[in-house]
Amino acid sequence: MTTVSLTVNGQSVTSDVDPRTLLVQFLRENLRLTGTHVGCDTSQCGACIVHLNGQAVKACTVLAVQAHASAITTIEGIAQGGELHPMQAAFREHHGLQCGYCTPGMIMSAIDIVSRKGNALDEQTIRAELEGNLCRCTGYHNIVKAIAAGAQAMAQAPLQQAAE
Amino acid sequence: MTATGIGAPVRRKEDQRFVTGQGRYVDDFNRPGQSYAYFLRSPHAHAVIRSIDTGPARTMPGVVAVLTGDDLAADKIGGLICGWMIHSKDGSPMKAGPHPALAQGKVRYVGDHVAVVIAESLAQAKDAAEAITVDYEVLPAVVDTAQASKAPVQVHDISPDNTVFNWHLGNKDETEAAFARAKHVTKIDLVNNRLIPNAIEPRAAVGEYDPGTDSYTLYTTSQNPHVARLVLSAFIGVAPEHKLRVIAPDVGGGFGSKIFIYAEETICVWAAKKVKRPVKWTADRTEAFLSDAHGRDHVTHAEMATDESGKILGLRVHTTANLGAYLSTFASSIPTYLYAPLLSGQYDIPAIYCEVDGVYTNTAPVDAYRGAGRPEATFVVERLVEKTARELGQDSAAFRRKNFVTHFPHQTPVIMAYDTGDYAASLDKALELADYKNFQQRKQESARRGKLRGIGFSSYIEACGIAPSQAVGSLGAGVGLWESAEVRVNPTGSVEVLTGSHSHGQGHETTFAQLVSDRLGISIDQVSIVHGDTDKVQFGMGTYGSRSGAVGMSAIAKALDKVIAKGKKVAAHVLEASEGDIEFKDGKFGVAGTDRTLGFGEVALQAYIAHKFSGQDLEPGLKEGAFYDPTNFTFPAGVHICEVEIDPGTGVTKIERWTAVDDFGVIINPMIVEGQVHGGIAQGVGQALLEGAVYDQSGQLITASFNDYCMPRAIDLPSFQVGMTVTPCPSNPLGIKGCGEAGAIAAPPAVINAITDALGHEDIAMPATPQAVWRAAQKTRMPTAAE
Amino acid sequence: MYAFEYHRPTSIREAANLANQSEDIKFLAGGHTLLPTMKLRLASPANLIDLGQIAELRGIERSGDAIVIGAMTKHAEVANSAVVREAIPALANLAELIGDPHVRNRGTIGGSIANNDPSADYPAACLALNATIATDKRRIAADDFFQGIFTTALGEGEIITQISFPIPLRAAYAKFRHPASRYALVGVFVAQHTGGVRLAVTGAGSNGVFRIAAMEEALSRNFVAESLDGISAPMDEMNSDIHADAAYRAHLVGVMARRAVQAAARG
Repeated sequence: MTTVSLTVNGQSVTSDVDPRTLLVQFLRENLRLTGTHVGCDTSQCGACIVHLNGQAVKACTVLAVQAHASAITTIEGIAQGGELHPMQAAFREHHGLQCGYCTPGMIMSAIDIVSRKGNALDEQTIRAELEGNLCRCTGYHNIVKAIAAGAQAMAQAPLQQAAE
Repeated sequence: MTATGIGAPVRRKEDQRFVTGQGRYVDDFNRPGQSYAYFLRSPHAHAVIRSIDTGPARTMPGVVAVLTGDDLAADKIGGLICGWMIHSKDGSPMKAGPHPALAQGKVRYVGDHVAVVIAESLAQAKDAAEAITVDYEVLPAVVDTAQASKAPVQVHDISPDNTVFNWHLGNKDETEAAFARAKHVTKIDLVNNRLIPNAIEPRAAVGEYDPGTDSYTLYTTSQNPHVARLVLSAFIGVAPEHKLRVIAPDVGGGFGSKIFIYAEETICVWAAKKVKRPVKWTADRTEAFLSDAHGRDHVTHAEMATDESGKILGLRVHTTANLGAYLSTFASSIPTYLYAPLLSGQYDIPAIYCEVDGVYTNTAPVDAYRGAGRPEATFVVERLVEKTARELGQDSAAFRRKNFVTHFPHQTPVIMAYDTGDYAASLDKALELADYKNFQQRKQESARRGKLRGIGFSSYIEACGIAPSQAVGSLGAGVGLWESAEVRVNPTGSVEVLTGSHSHGQGHETTFAQLVSDRLGISIDQVSIVHGDTDKVQFGMGTYGSRSGAVGMSAIAKALDKVIAKGKKVAAHVLEASEGDIEFKDGKFGVAGTDRTLGFGEVALQAYIAHKFSGQDLEPGLKEGAFYDPTNFTFPAGVHICEVEIDPGTGVTKIERWTAVDDFGVIINPMIVEGQVHGGIAQGVGQALLEGAVYDQSGQLITASFNDYCMPRAIDLPSFQVGMTVTPCPSNPLGIKGCGEAGAIAAPPAVINAITDALGHEDIAMPATPQAVWRAAQKTRMPTAAE
Repeated sequence: MYAFEYHRPTSIREAANLANQSEDIKFLAGGHTLLPTMKLRLASPANLIDLGQIAELRGIERSGDAIVIGAMTKHAEVANSAVVREAIPALANLAELIGDPHVRNRGTIGGSIANNDPSADYPAACLALNATIATDKRRIAADDFFQGIFTTALGEGEIITQISFPIPLRAAYAKFRHPASRYALVGVFVAQHTGGVRLAVTGAGSNGVFRIAAMEEALSRNFVAESLDGISAPMDEMNSDIHADAAYRAHLVGVMARRAVQAAARG
């Protein structure tokens, strides 16, 4: 067993884990944060995306022990004070989800896109940046719309962005 | 239309939990004392199991049990079933081989279930599985659809030539006569490529046994939990129906693959009692690739006969359908009754004859995948219509228009009686939206850049709202295909709707609530939709075949009618009027011709306190149920137009424009309906351009991960232009036709017709990968700017 | 995944000592090849030495006529580096084409090179830019480093510390993505140096990354795409699978080489 100490959604967590525990397993099974999903074995589908020190990563391809001393944000940690994060609100407003399984990873990926590429995102940029997220339900049409709108809404809500 | 009633683009009620990570999928459930199952799967496509040595595995750390097919047999657990009997031309029943949940004596595909290890952790279960020794006698395998009946390999003893059935539909003599007098005959050979469903949530199951009540609970990724319970109890025999609760909570996409009753959930229920612990299994993606039921996989030769004016006289089709190594739950119905009856398309074709040979191979079972039979039929019809138009030198749109069915009802030669539609209206609108008239200009502009541009049509029709129970019973279905609903009105006036439909992305919690809001005049916030739990909902047939609107909501509408009727009786007593004078309008019960009214909530309260009427005259309470059995299939139809540009240097095909005009009848929530169209198109484009399951000759699945099986990504797709036309469906009370599969049905021929238009020849198969298109483009005369 | 011992050294020396003292070790860099392989139980090191906490393995700097990149520098850091963008924009562009944004946030240049996946992008840049790979023990020229599919000159327990890329006159990378995996089905990196042109191909070769002498000679004479007319990639060295057979790969090498030269010429 190896000890890991990290911050998850603003809370300090210290735990002894088997080194082979993946970050996504740690979040889902040890912390019962089941919003982060697993959809593949090969680091492609993106259902498991979380933010590690503010950067989007695939939690299925990070060992929990590698996240030692880092800050993790999951889908459960982005709404502030009962208010949806603008990107969450945009996904609902624009019907950017159907079965909801890829959605947490999509939203975490989308917020990361905005942090890297800014608030004015064109369709081609969004589509290219979604390289690492698979959705089988929506055909991406409304996800693209939702991300463009969510990115703009994030510009209007700078406080929320800073909260992460 | 009210803000939340029928026709309103209401934002989804379920989304709050999904966007915040609070959805509850099967793998999110953990039961006290839970153990973990891992399946040892066959590495061989075809082998005799001489022996299995589980001894060393049993002593590995954390191992609770190791079970094999012998244990299943000892407990007299039955095999998995196929619930639709197909008879061959000669009247003989289909040849269904045994399908044990754990192999007994033989494995028949890579991924077949050999043993299950149950352990304290998944890692320990996997470790122990490696300690199991299986002595296989490896046999040659057959994987090729077209060769299956001739292969010197026998998948099942019951079928020496690997043939499940030789089935046919239509009128052979009339069809031969039509071809005899034809001016022109167009011939085509098509492969409908095998697909792997890949819902992003992998299948999962948690089985639990309560010795105190001798009852079982199964959490499972199912589109139809009641059917799962029925099959697990009545046929497989793992638990009595009344002692088995099946819960299908939030389910992360199905597309057909979660209709079926698989080995894994069977084992989890059965083993839970044996090991006296809850047993959990979650597929990893590799297991999903290997063992989820695949889709499509047809090899077809088809011919279309036309007269001198270009009117279609007849169609004849021969299809070989690969059903895999075992018959999955509805496998036999997909290439037969969900396929051939759609071969008339939107066209008035006087004579049709279709033969289908279903075959076994050493591959994963094949069953319904989004569209299920109808995409395969549409691909045949629309590729053939397109090729015919080209051979006759006629405009593709004009040729279609000339042959459209224009009078309804229309009886086709292949069972279906189309009830309503306006195919020309959809075509007109689609041509307009697609800017068809300027296509040649765009093609020339592409040519100037050395690119090949093409346009492709698909005038599809599908049969949804499955289905009238008597009709499908006469065709071999093992179940009725009605739907149930129960509307429970609470004393406070809030409403719970219990439905046998299951939502796994379709948004039922919203659309069904819209219907209730519309009918009862209450806020949708006052409505809860309950589904996916056999302890709550009495029975239901589940969600597939685009049936939840047309059939599931019709059942709710019927129950709502009964609630209103009962409410009128209550209101009559309270308002001291005769029942015949009570009207229900805008959420109020009132006495006709007066201003005396009672709100819906007041009537609900009165129904429960029962102070204003005698219990002898009127039963207290306000709760009504209904079973709705459709009177006909529904016939959604439309036109999709795809415009592509091909880079002949690399073979890359880019979809430049997509136009869809669909007639789904009455639409409850246009936002959700458009979303269904988008998703369907993406899967159809995936089939046409990207996806294809490939087995090598030894039966190994080459495309067993996302590294080799190409899923559509955002960058592979355009935004879609979606339009609607509406002819209300006359056969159900809501006028709904269904929308869930349309895109997947329409899209593949639209893409391939566009690519073949761009290439100037017909020689391209699905998936039209860059390599395939590059090779095909070698035969294309390169455009010059002058053209 | 099989069980393993996890080690988290904070210096190269500590990592090297751990490697010397332990049996059956693997170094963990970004983990985006190793961890999936371990998840599928295709790799089973007894000891996993995580290089993620070693600060001296990270960083990008210009050193004379070269760009020097620490082995644990992530793809995203290379893609976003102003230093790289200014000196060798083609290298930043290549980094931006690796995997997806999340892979680029974890994957490292050292990990990519040490693995020498036949369809990885960085090996093409190393070869075409005539890079030098420094380890804790020595410096190895790229031409000597890549020794065939998943095989390198690295010895047991040897740690890549940094990669030095000589700054070319101009360069470009053209990649044709594998439709499913998004690795390079064919990737061509071309670089014009004062001493001539180097052109390296990844993805296509059955024995990993390789150079094409005929193309280099032609481009050294005249650095325009037309110089490649009539020169085809060697068919017998091409990989072949369900996505692309040898003929298609060889054809794509030509197309990507032309596109790379055109892009480089544009600057």
